[in-house]
Amino acid sequence: MATHSSSSSSPEVSVAAAETAWSDLRTLVGAEHVRAAIAEDAVDGVVPQMVIEPGSPEEVAGALKIATSAGLHVIPRGGGTKMDWGNLLRNNESRSGELLLSTRRLNRIVEHAWGDMTATVEAGCTFQRFQQTLAQHGQRLALDPLWPDSATIGGILATNDSGALRVRIGSLRDLIIGITLALPDGTLAKSGGKVVKNVAGYDLPKLATGSLGTLGIITQAIFRLHPVPRESRTLSFSNSEGGTSDGGSMNTLALAIQDCNMVPTGVQIRAGSASTPELGLHELDLRFEGTATGCEAQIEQTLRIASGARRIESPADVWNVRSTLWSGAEPSLVCKFSLLPVDLGTFLDLIRKASALLHLPWRLVAQAVGVGYLRIEGSDVAVLLHAVEDLRKKLESRGGSLVILRCPLEIKSKIDVWGSAGDALPLMRSIKAQFDRTGVLNPGRFVGGI
Amino acid sequence: MEARILDQFRAIVGRGLITEASELHTYECDGLTNFRVLPQAVLLPTSTADVQAIVRICQREKIPFVARGSGTGLSGGALPVDNGVVISLARMNRILEVDLPNARVVAEPGAINAEVTQRVAPNGYFYAPDPSSQSVCTIGGNVAENSGGAHCLKYGFTTTHVLALEVVLPDGSIVHLGSRAVDRPGYDLPGIFVGSEGTLGIATKIVLRIVKKPAVIQTLLAAFNTTEEAGAAVSGIIGAGMLPAAIEMMDNLAIQAAEASVHAGYPNCGGLLLVELDGPAAEVEHLIDEVSRICTQCGAWEIRVAQSEAERAVVWKGRKAAFAAMGRISPNYIVQDGVIPRTALPKVLSEIERMSAKEGLRVANVFHAGDGNLHPLVLYDRRIPGQEERAMELSINILRLCVECGGSITGEHGVGEEKKMMMGEMFAEPDLETMQLVRCAFDPERLSNPGKVFPRIRLCAERTGPYQPHPLEIAGVAQFF
Repeated sequence: MATHSSSSSSPEVSVAAAETAWSDLRTLVGAEHVRAAIAEDAVDGVVPQMVIEPGSPEEVAGALKIATSAGLHVIPRGGGTKMDWGNLLRNNESRSGELLLSTRRLNRIVEHAWGDMTATVEAGCTFQRFQQTLAQHGQRLALDPLWPDSATIGGILATNDSGALRVRIGSLRDLIIGITLALPDGTLAKSGGKVVKNVAGYDLPKLATGSLGTLGIITQAIFRLHPVPRESRTLSFSNSEGGTSDGGSMNTLALAIQDCNMVPTGVQIRAGSASTPELGLHELDLRFEGTATGCEAQIEQTLRIASGARRIESPADVWNVRSTLWSGAEPSLVCKFSLLPVDLGTFLDLIRKASALLHLPWRLVAQAVGVGYLRIEGSDVAVLLHAVEDLRKKLESRGGSLVILRCPLEIKSKIDVWGSAGDALPLMRSIKAQFDRTGVLNPGRFVGGI
Repeated sequence: MEARILDQFRAIVGRGLITEASELHTYECDGLTNFRVLPQAVLLPTSTADVQAIVRICQREKIPFVARGSGTGLSGGALPVDNGVVISLARMNRILEVDLPNARVVAEPGAINAEVTQRVAPNGYFYAPDPSSQSVCTIGGNVAENSGGAHCLKYGFTTTHVLALEVVLPDGSIVHLGSRAVDRPGYDLPGIFVGSEGTLGIATKIVLRIVKKPAVIQTLLAAFNTTEEAGAAVSGIIGAGMLPAAIEMMDNLAIQAAEASVHAGYPNCGGLLLVELDGPAAEVEHLIDEVSRICTQCGAWEIRVAQSEAERAVVWKGRKAAFAAMGRISPNYIVQDGVIPRTALPKVLSEIERMSAKEGLRVANVFHAGDGNLHPLVLYDRRIPGQEERAMELSINILRLCVECGGSITGEHGVGEEKKMMMGEMFAEPDLETMQLVRCAFDPERLSNPGKVFPRIRLCAERTGPYQPHPLEIAGVAQFF
C-alpha cells in the first residue's frame, strides 16, 4: 500500500495553531511521548502528522481538549490491528492537522475483583495479557476477538469485535459494565460501575461499544467475568463431498442442534468455493463447555442428531479460524455480514452462485447468531465492488447488513463501507454532534460519514 | 388543559381520553405510592400512529408527557409531571409476531411480560427477564426500566433480550433502533434506549429475543442459621466456577412474611438460599450435588431439592411474593434496590443490622444474592409520627452504604423520581453531564418524562465541559441537589 505524507496545512488548522498545540501536548505528556508520525502510522495509506502516547486517562482528556481547541483531528489507536476498518477519514488527502492518539501506555490491569467476578482494565492493555491475568483465578472475559495478542481492550470495544462465544455468552454489550470516556472537550466521564446489575443512568458503555472512537476515547473499561470452563470439547462435521453441498444443510443442522436444549458455546459454519479449499467447503464446528459429563452427554446427543453428516477432525485453532480470512490472494474484500439465523443457508447459496458466475474465490466463517465474515478475491476491483454491493442489497432487504472491513482504497473511496444505518441515522448524527461538536474524533469514518 | 388541545387529543384516541379527576387518580402514581401527581389528561392510544399524533401535539404545544405501562414500577418512573399528560400503552398490548426459527417475538409495549413466555412455551421457549411483577408488568415498562429478575444472573437483563425497537421520538418522528439481525451498523441505540426510563421517547414495537428452555431445571432450598453462612455458600458456589440460573437469599423476617402470605413451606431459619441450576441433565445433576455439598460445608442444616414442577412453583411463589408479603408483618414498608459487589455482602448486612437497630426499625432482606442486588424492605408504621421520615432516611442511608462499597443505587427498579437525588452520590458532575448529552440528542426540549433520573435539568444549549461550580457554591451559600 502506497503511503504519502502531507506537508501542507489543512484548511481548518493554521500552522501556528498546530505548532502551539504540539507544544502544549508535549508539555502535557512529556516531549518523549509526542513524535512525528512515520509510515507505520499511516491510516488508509496516509500518514498523520503527529503521534501522542498519553500515560493516564487525565492525559488523554487533556490531549483531546488541546486538540479540540486547535481544531486538530484525532485518530485513536490501540493495538493498530483494525485501523483500516471504517470509511476514509474526511479530507483524506490533507493530514497536517491530524493527531494519532495511541493508548499504548494506558495498559494497566487496574483491578481483578475475582470474588465479584469483575475486572477493571485500561484501554491499551492487550486482550491476551488481560486474559492471562484473569486466568490466574480461573476466570476469563468470555470473548474471542481477532488477534488477541496485539488487539487492545479499547480497540476491541470500539470495533465491537466478537467471535463464536457470543452464541452462548453474548457480545461485548453483554460483558461491559462500566466505562471511562475522554471527550473532545476534555471531560473525563464514567458510566456504569463495578457491579453486574446496575440501571443507574444511561448505559454509555453500550453506546461507546462499536462507536469506532467517534464519541470519545475509551480510557478504561469494567467487565463482568465468567469462570474458565472445566472442560471444553469441539467436534466438526462436513457435508462437502466433492464440493457439491447445498448451502442450507449445515445450517439446518446448526439450527437443529440449537433447537434441542443443548448449550453449545460455539456453533460455527465454515464454507468456501472449490478454489479455496483450505477453509473447508462447507463445515460445521460445535463446542461444548462445562463439566465432563455434561459435555459428553451433549456430544452423544449431537451425534444422534447429526447421524447423516460426516464427522471430521476439527482443524487446529478452529475457533480462531476467522482471522485466516485476512490473508490470501489480493485484491480482496473482507466483510462482516449479519442476517437472521435461518437465512444463512440461503445466503451461502447466493454467494456460491454469484461467485461462480463472476469467478471469484471466496471463504466464509459464520456464527450461528447470524454474524459472519466473508472474504472474496478477484483481480477486477469493479467486479468485486459490484458483487459486494449486490450481496449487501440482498442482506439489507432481509433486515441484515454488510460492512466492508478491508478492501482496496479504490473501493473505499467509492462506497460507504458500513451500508445503511436506516432511519435512525439522523439520531446518530445528533448524538455525535452532542459528544463531539466540532467533529474532532475520527471524522468521516463511521456510518453515514459520522 | 385548554379545551382545543383536549379536542385534538380526542380526535386521535376518541374515548381513550381521560380527563375526569376521579378517573385520573388511577394514574397519579405508580408502584411507588408516596409520590403522587395528578396528570392533566390520560391518553390511551391503540396504534403507533396514535402515539405519533399525540406526541406531535405535545411537541407543538410543549406539553410534557409520561409513558406508562401497568404502573408497577417501584421508583416513580411513571409518576405524572405537573401540567403534563400520561400516555398509557395499556391498549397496545398485542404480541404481533412469533418467529420461532429465529427465536424472535415482536410485541407492542403494553403486552404483559408473562404472556410472551406463555405464547412460546408450548414450543419449548421462554422470555428470560422475569421481574417479580411479570404477571402484570408490560414489556414497554420493562424496556424503560431495563428490568431484571431472579434469572438475570445467568440470562441477562431486558437489554440483553431487546434486539430492535420502533420508537416515537419526542419530536414526533418514528425511528427504528437496532434490527432483527444482530449488530446493525451504527451506534447501539437499543442499548442506550433500554433503561432510559421513558426519557428518550416511547417504544411502540419491540423485537425480543426468546430463549430455548433448558433440558432440566433443579431448584434447591438450603436453610442456614445466619445470612453470613448463606452468603459464604453463595461465594463458594460462584468460586467453584458455577453460573446458576438464580441464587436468591431471604433473611428470617422475609421468610416469616412469605410464609404468612403464601405458605411456601420455607424452613424457619436465619438465612435461606434458593439456588436454581438449569441446563443439560447430566450437567445439572452433577452440579446440584456440588451445590448441596458446598451448602452443607457452610452450615446448611436442611437442604431440599424441589421434586416436581409444582414444588418448584411454590418455592418461587414465596420468593416472588416477598415484597407484597411484608403487608402481613408491617402496616407500611419501603422497598429498596441497592447493588453491592457480592463480596461486600457480610459487611453490608451487618451494617444494615446496626443501622436498623439504631433507628428502631425492622429491615427485612431479600436479595438476588448471585449478583449482589439487595432488596432491603424497611418496615414502619405511618400512623406513628415521624416514623415514615425515619424509614425513608434509613432506606436512603442503605443506598449510600451500597455506593460506599462500590455498588449502585439501583439494580433493576430504576432511578425514576425516587432516587434522582442519589445520582450525585454515585456519579460526579461530569459523568451526569455526559449522560445528559444523550438526552439532548433524543429530546432537546425535555418533553419525555422530564425531571426523572437526573438530579437537575441541564439545558441542551449549555456548554458541556468539566463541571464549573457556581460562585454561590464556592461561597458555600448554595449547592446543587
